[in-house]
Amino acid sequence: MKYVCLVYGEETAMRELPDSDCAAYARSLDESGHLLVGQALQGVDTATTVRVRNGRTSVVDGPFAETKEQLAGFYFIEARDLNEAISIASRIPPARIGSIEIRPARELDVPS
Amino acid sequence: MTPGDATPDPRRATATIDAIYRTESRRVLATLIRLLGDFDLAEEALHDAFAAAVEQWARDGVPQNPRAWLVSAGRFKAIDAIRRRARFDASQLDLALQLELKAEPELEDAAVEDDHLRLIFVCCHPALAPDAQVALTLREVCGLTTEEIASAFLTATPTMAQRIVRAKAKIRDANIPYEVPEAADLPGRLDSVLRVVYLVFNEGYAPSSGAAVTRASLSEEAIRLGRLVVGLLGDPEAMGLLALMLLHDARRAARSTPSGELVLLEDQDRSLWNREQIDEGIDLVERALKSGRFGPYTLQAAISAVHSEAAEAAATDWPQIVALYDLLLRVTPSPVVELNRAVAVAMRDGPEAGLAIVDDILQRGELTGYHLAHAARADFCRRLGRRDEAVTAYQRALALTATEPERCFLERRLSELGWNGP
Repeated sequence: MKYVCLVYGEETAMRELPDSDCAAYARSLDESGHLLVGQALQGVDTATTVRVRNGRTSVVDGPFAETKEQLAGFYFIEARDLNEAISIASRIPPARIGSIEIRPARELDVPS
Repeated sequence: MTPGDATPDPRRATATIDAIYRTESRRVLATLIRLLGDFDLAEEALHDAFAAAVEQWARDGVPQNPRAWLVSAGRFKAIDAIRRRARFDASQLDLALQLELKAEPELEDAAVEDDHLRLIFVCCHPALAPDAQVALTLREVCGLTTEEIASAFLTATPTMAQRIVRAKAKIRDANIPYEVPEAADLPGRLDSVLRVVYLVFNEGYAPSSGAAVTRASLSEEAIRLGRLVVGLLGDPEAMGLLALMLLHDARRAARSTPSGELVLLEDQDRSLWNREQIDEGIDLVERALKSGRFGPYTLQAAISAVHSEAAEAAATDWPQIVALYDLLLRVTPSPVVELNRAVAVAMRDGPEAGLAIVDDILQRGELTGYHLAHAARADFCRRLGRRDEAVTAYQRALALTATEPERCFLERRLSELGWNGP
């Protein structure tokens, strides 16, 4: 089953975390066959939010929601079940300073 | 008619089925959930299997192994049900075929006990909301109806039903596995199970609101669950929790007057205590303490055991109780534990010593909204003859308490101090 692990944390705290830790963990997940794709993100000051209302596109600076913890990256993983996903998420380095939200992937409900 | 007795007798068969339903239905359900991979399908199958048993056992006698018969009947009923649905939804046909192809395993007792434990761990999975864990455990593991759970928690039935439906949907959609956690994860996951059991017990023993001092059936369910977990895992802290529940529950008859007023531990008629339950509790505490791998439930049970061993309130070994609170405070530091320790210290060293601790807690800004902190302060002041301070503290406690028996108790104390209402 596929899950997305969304990595949240305070940006200042996250900068303290060495990239090499995250890279090493991503590599180990890739080798064990659990990682489908993973990506770290630039800071929220680079975020742009797009909405379309009544056919008009509005573009604003900033993230969708202003919160203390920001989305810093994500891992798209293959795991046997939620327990394995929890075990994988608990070893993502930023889990020690931020938090990881695990969401099961959903197949779009369309005729194949 | 006993199982294996082939002489048909419809009336006795019905009585046997009722008895088997009480003892076996949750185990059969647990196994069906594993075989069918779906809570709702398994519940339906359980219902159908018992309906079939009523008919067939009355005619042919009760089978040798009723549990295996029910699991097998439930599984076939489920396959039938899926086949019927497959007429409208072709995707269901795959599911029916898969279930049929899965060779029916030899149903050993050990496998059934494992299934029972799996069910407990799934219902108490920390990925489910805490109140959903409690509701789902009572529904699936204890077999209470949604109406019973709703009324026990003073919640509307549709709200409770919704909570259970959402929890089952999360189990399915997030793919929470039907398994006992691996050894490395067991301590954390067991904490969650014990917490649910203790919540159920407390809701039965000291409801957060409402008129009854005890809602006995919830406490009984919690004790039954506690026994189950101890029986299946033999974990020392699970023993400690079971002991704690047994020791508290043993005082039930002495805890309130016939009119529902609360009776403090020191004023209770100790001849009303359930000695058998106390002996069992003390035995469990001793076993848990001996293991050296115990936690806060065992320590609380040990404190309760010291109280239970005193023939009268004046004979209580307060130095021992303070020492146990010191340990508890080290394991789980919390202002509530500090408050309870203050009460024990006051009994050992006098009310002044207790008052100093409570005032220290309140001055830190903690427990200021907790009625028992003010009630304890009031009691110390009363015993020190500081009447005005006692009245003020009792009034504050009264304003913060939500249950009727506690209100009555505090009002009685106030009138004893010669305060006759505003």
